[in-house]
Amino acid sequence: MLDQGKATRAMIWIMAIMVFLTVLAAALGLSTTRATQTLDRDLAGRLTVQVVEGNAARRDDQVARILTGVRRVPGVGAASEVDRAQLAELVRPWLGDAGLDPELPMPAMIDVDLADGADSRVAAIELVVRGIAPGARVDRHVAWLAPVRDFLALLGWLAGGLVLLMLVATGAVVLLSAKSGLDTHRDTIDVLHMLGSTDPQLSRLFQRRIGADTLMGGAIGATAGIAVVALLQVQVATLGSGVTQGASLATTDWILLAAIPIGYAIVAMVAARIAVGGQLRKTL
Amino acid sequence: MANIVQFENVGLRYGTGAETLSDVSFTLASSGFYFVTGNSGAGKTSLLRLLYLAQRPTRGLIRMFDEDVVTLPRKRLPGFRRRIGVVFQDFRLVPHLSAYDNVALPLRVAGMPEVDIDEPVREMLAWVGLMDRADALPATLSGGEQQRVAIARAVINRPDMLVADEPTGNVDPVMAERLLHLFEALHRLGTTLVVATHDIALINSVPSAHIMRIEAGRLDDPSGALRHPPKRADH
Repeated sequence: MLDQGKATRAMIWIMAIMVFLTVLAAALGLSTTRATQTLDRDLAGRLTVQVVEGNAARRDDQVARILTGVRRVPGVGAASEVDRAQLAELVRPWLGDAGLDPELPMPAMIDVDLADGADSRVAAIELVVRGIAPGARVDRHVAWLAPVRDFLALLGWLAGGLVLLMLVATGAVVLLSAKSGLDTHRDTIDVLHMLGSTDPQLSRLFQRRIGADTLMGGAIGATAGIAVVALLQVQVATLGSGVTQGASLATTDWILLAAIPIGYAIVAMVAARIAVGGQLRKTL
Repeated sequence: MANIVQFENVGLRYGTGAETLSDVSFTLASSGFYFVTGNSGAGKTSLLRLLYLAQRPTRGLIRMFDEDVVTLPRKRLPGFRRRIGVVFQDFRLVPHLSAYDNVALPLRVAGMPEVDIDEPVREMLAWVGLMDRADALPATLSGGEQQRVAIARAVINRPDMLVADEPTGNVDPVMAERLLHLFEALHRLGTTLVVATHDIALINSVPSAHIMRIEAGRLDDPSGALRHPPKRADH
C-alpha cells in the first residue's frame, strides 16, 4: 500500500554497508576470541624450568634429578630437556656457531606439560626444582604471553563494542527512516486511518518494508563481508604462525556471520515498530 | 427510527482561536438523508471531520452507534471508522495505487481475503462507470473520474453512514444525477447519508432529506427538526 520510492533503494545500500562493516567487526571479534582461547588452552599447562649452572656436569646432574622429581609430581604429563642443539639454534642469531661450543655455559631448559595450569601444581613443581637447584627458574608460558593474550582480548572486546555500536546505529537509522517514511506517506496513512486501519496494520506496512530492505541489503553486505573475511583467513593460514593459526574461524563462527543480516532485520523491524507506533499514537 | 448520531452542545476550537463550531446539537436518524449547507468557512468541513472521527470536539457530547465517541479509547476508533464511508472534497486517492486498488482499500483494511475482493470492486467500478479505467493511476484520471473512484471507495463496504463533502463538485450533471441515484440506493439500503453541498439542485432533488444549515459555526435549526427528526423544515 506504500509507495516504493528511491528512499527504499537508499535504505538497502545503507543496510548493506552497515552489515558489511558489522561482519568485519564480528569476524575480528570471533577470530581474536578463538586466538585467545587457543593461547589459553596451549599455554595454561606449560612451563619451562631454566637451570643456570656454570658447571656443566653439575648442571646435567641437576637436570636429571629435576626431570625425575618433576615427573613424579601429580598432573605432570610430560617433562623433557630441550635439546642443546635446538637451544644453540635459538641463540645462533646472537652468538653464531659459538653457541654450539659445549664449553659455553648455556643454561639447560626443561619443558614441562601439565594437565592444567593450576597454581598448586606449579607450586609443587617449583618446590621440587628449588630443592634440587635453588638458582633455577620456573617460567609459566602464560606469564610470558600475558601481554599478547591481553591485547587479543582487548581486540575482541573492541570488536564486540563495534558490533554493538553498529546495531545501535542501525536502530537509529531505521528510526529516522521510519519517521521520514511516515512524513513521506502522511497522506496515504491519513487515508488508511480514515478507512479504519489500526496502528498495528500501519506499523506492519513499515515493518515489512524495512525488514525486507534490511534483509536484502544485509544479504549484499554479508556476502561481501564474508568474502573479505574468507580471503583474510586464507592469508592468515599461509603465515604459519601459532597465534594466527589459532585465529581461524570455526564453522559455527561462519554461521554466526551469515546470520547477521537476520539479526539486523529483527532489530530493524523492532525499531520500525517502535518508531511508527510512537508517531501514530500522536494522531487521533 | 433509532438515532445513530447525537451531538449535544458540541464546540470545536483549533488552537487558541475562536470556536469554529459552537453549541452544535442535533441527532441523525438511522437511514436518514441529510444535507449540510452553509457558506464557505461556516464550519461544514469541521462538522464533517467530527462525524467521520478525524477530530475530537473541544467540548460537548458526541454519541455514535450508541457509544460516546468523545471518550472512546483511541484503539477502538478504527472499528467505528469502518462503519463510516467518507468522500473527501479533495478525493484523497492514494496516488500510487490504481483505481481498482483504491476502491479495494477499505476491504483490504477490513481484512477481507483477496479472493473475495475482486467481485465487489469490479461491480463498484462498473457501477460508477470506470471499469475500463480500473488500472489507471489517479493522476491519469480526470477530476470527475477521481471523484467517482473516491465515492466507490467510500461505499464499497456498505457503511452505516456515508459522509460526503461536496460530492458533485467536480462532476458533470449526468454524473451528478448518477451519484444521486447511488446515494438514494444506499439510503434505501439503510445507510445514513450526510452530504455537504452548495448544490441547490442536488438538495431539491431529494425532497425527503433534512437540511442542516451552518452559519458562523452554529447550526441553524430554528424548527428543531434536526433535534426532533424526521420532519423536514421548509427552506
